[in-house]
Amino acid sequence: MTTAASGFLAALAPAHRARLLGLAREVSFPAGVRLFEEDGAADRFWIVRSGSVALDIHVPGRRGAVVETLGEGELLGWSWLFEPYRWHLGAQVRSALLAAEFDAPRVRAACADDPAFGLAITHGAARVIARRLKATRTRLLDLYGPPDTGAAR
Amino acid sequence: MMTTPSLVPLPYRVVARRDDTADTATIALEPVGTALPPFAPGQFAMVYAFGVGDVPLSVCGIDGNRLTHSVRAVGAISGALRALRPGATVGVRGPFGTDWGLPGAAGSDLLVVAGGIGLAPLRPLVLAALAAPGRYGRLNVLVGAREPRELLYPAELTAWNAAARVLTTVDRADDRWQGDVGVVTTLLDRAVFEPRTTTAFVCGPEPMIRATADDLVQRGVEPERIRVSLERTMHCGTGHCGHCQLGPLLLCRDGPVVSWTRARPLLLVREL
Ligand SMILES: Cc1cc2nc3c(=O)[nH]c(=O)nc-3n(C[C@H](O)[C@H](O)[C@H](O)COP(=O)(O)OP(=O)(O)OC[C@H]3O[C@@H](n4cnc5c(N)ncnc54)[C@H](O)[C@@H]3O)c2cc1C
Ligand code: FES
Repeated sequence: MTTAASGFLAALAPAHRARLLGLAREVSFPAGVRLFEEDGAADRFWIVRSGSVALDIHVPGRRGAVVETLGEGELLGWSWLFEPYRWHLGAQVRSALLAAEFDAPRVRAACADDPAFGLAITHGAARVIARRLKATRTRLLDLYGPPDTGAAR
Repeated sequence: MMTTPSLVPLPYRVVARRDDTADTATIALEPVGTALPPFAPGQFAMVYAFGVGDVPLSVCGIDGNRLTHSVRAVGAISGALRALRPGATVGVRGPFGTDWGLPGAAGSDLLVVAGGIGLAPLRPLVLAALAAPGRYGRLNVLVGAREPRELLYPAELTAWNAAARVLTTVDRADDRWQGDVGVVTTLLDRAVFEPRTTTAFVCGPEPMIRATADDLVQRGVEPERIRVSLERTMHCGTGHCGHCQLGPLLLCRDGPVVSWTRARPLLLVREL
């Protein structure tokens, strides 16, 4: 099955995976909880074990627009890795979430301590960012729209 | 399966009709007299709205002599077909083109990836796989739509979920949508399949086909085992007029279903 093979953890070498998991604590959140807000301090991040989370953007005068949902195996949050360490999006639990939670300053310190580990984590996060960027671009094509709106059938 | 298609339109009557979305309806057709040879999932018919013209439509359901088509109104002919009511008569030619080749995938995991109305030609394949439990490996059906109200066959998707892994996603959620948001490729992480022994069936707009097939190749699915359904404007449906040409292929005859090995180089060439 591909779930494990494509998850954030599976992309790490066993030693790096073990090291990262050594920094994790297991957490759970019921549906509806807001995990973080746009522009808030990105001091934690998660790897989803089960359940799902919606990422949203605040639109003045409207409800937040959901731009993506994340589920099993996926990395929730990468803004903690790059300055100014503030969230780009908001996140709300969609269905009861079990996740490995990480303290961002601790992981950053571990990355600084061990450059090989740091590179692996950065590389893994960059892959996630690249995938999400590609998905966003694909979506900009208005993929499934009628042909006269710019997309073929 | 190779059958000789009927090149003369045979009269078929609309026996049932359902509105699926604001611009798409599903019509069931039964022969008024002689029936066409049997269709296989993935093949298409040329359906003639009398006095307007004919267009290619994939079969989205095959039940004895009854043919079902989901038709999205994009122009005059498809608009006329979508508006047909029970009792109306159309002319139908076919069956045309290559099919999905599902029987050849026996024993392998099946991955069905559909975007928008691309779910229509994949529906008979899903039904055939569900009707043969044990013949294939795990069945995954991944469906993407622009908005929740544009999702085709929502009740069936729920029913299929009992025996398959059905995941749906939309580009733009509304207030009631509790499912996934994002393009259909984002669902691949949650599908359950062994890439080396998977056969994938992909239908939707070309950018979606490309994104999906490339992602699958990266995950280790053999390009030869990725089957995509391609569209070009069709006229004769019989390999004579050249309207449906894509490089060396005439898609009405050599397609619409082709392997990714064949399709990829052609789709990457500009202005073919
Ligand atoms: C093998 C095959 C199977 C098909 N199966 C189905 C099906 O099951 N259900 C369904 O609703 N449609 C299907 N189509 C597409 C359908 O044939 C077209 O929508 C139809 O031909 C449009 O004709 P029209 O006269 O109504 O529109 P036109 O007036 O010819 O076109 C209206 C608009 O649609 C665009 N358009 C026309 N044909 C296509 C096309 N093939 N792809 C993308 N844009 C197009 C035109 O560029 C124009 O912008 C299939 C096409 C092929 C080749
Ligand atoms: S439609 Fe005429 S050659 Fe294919």
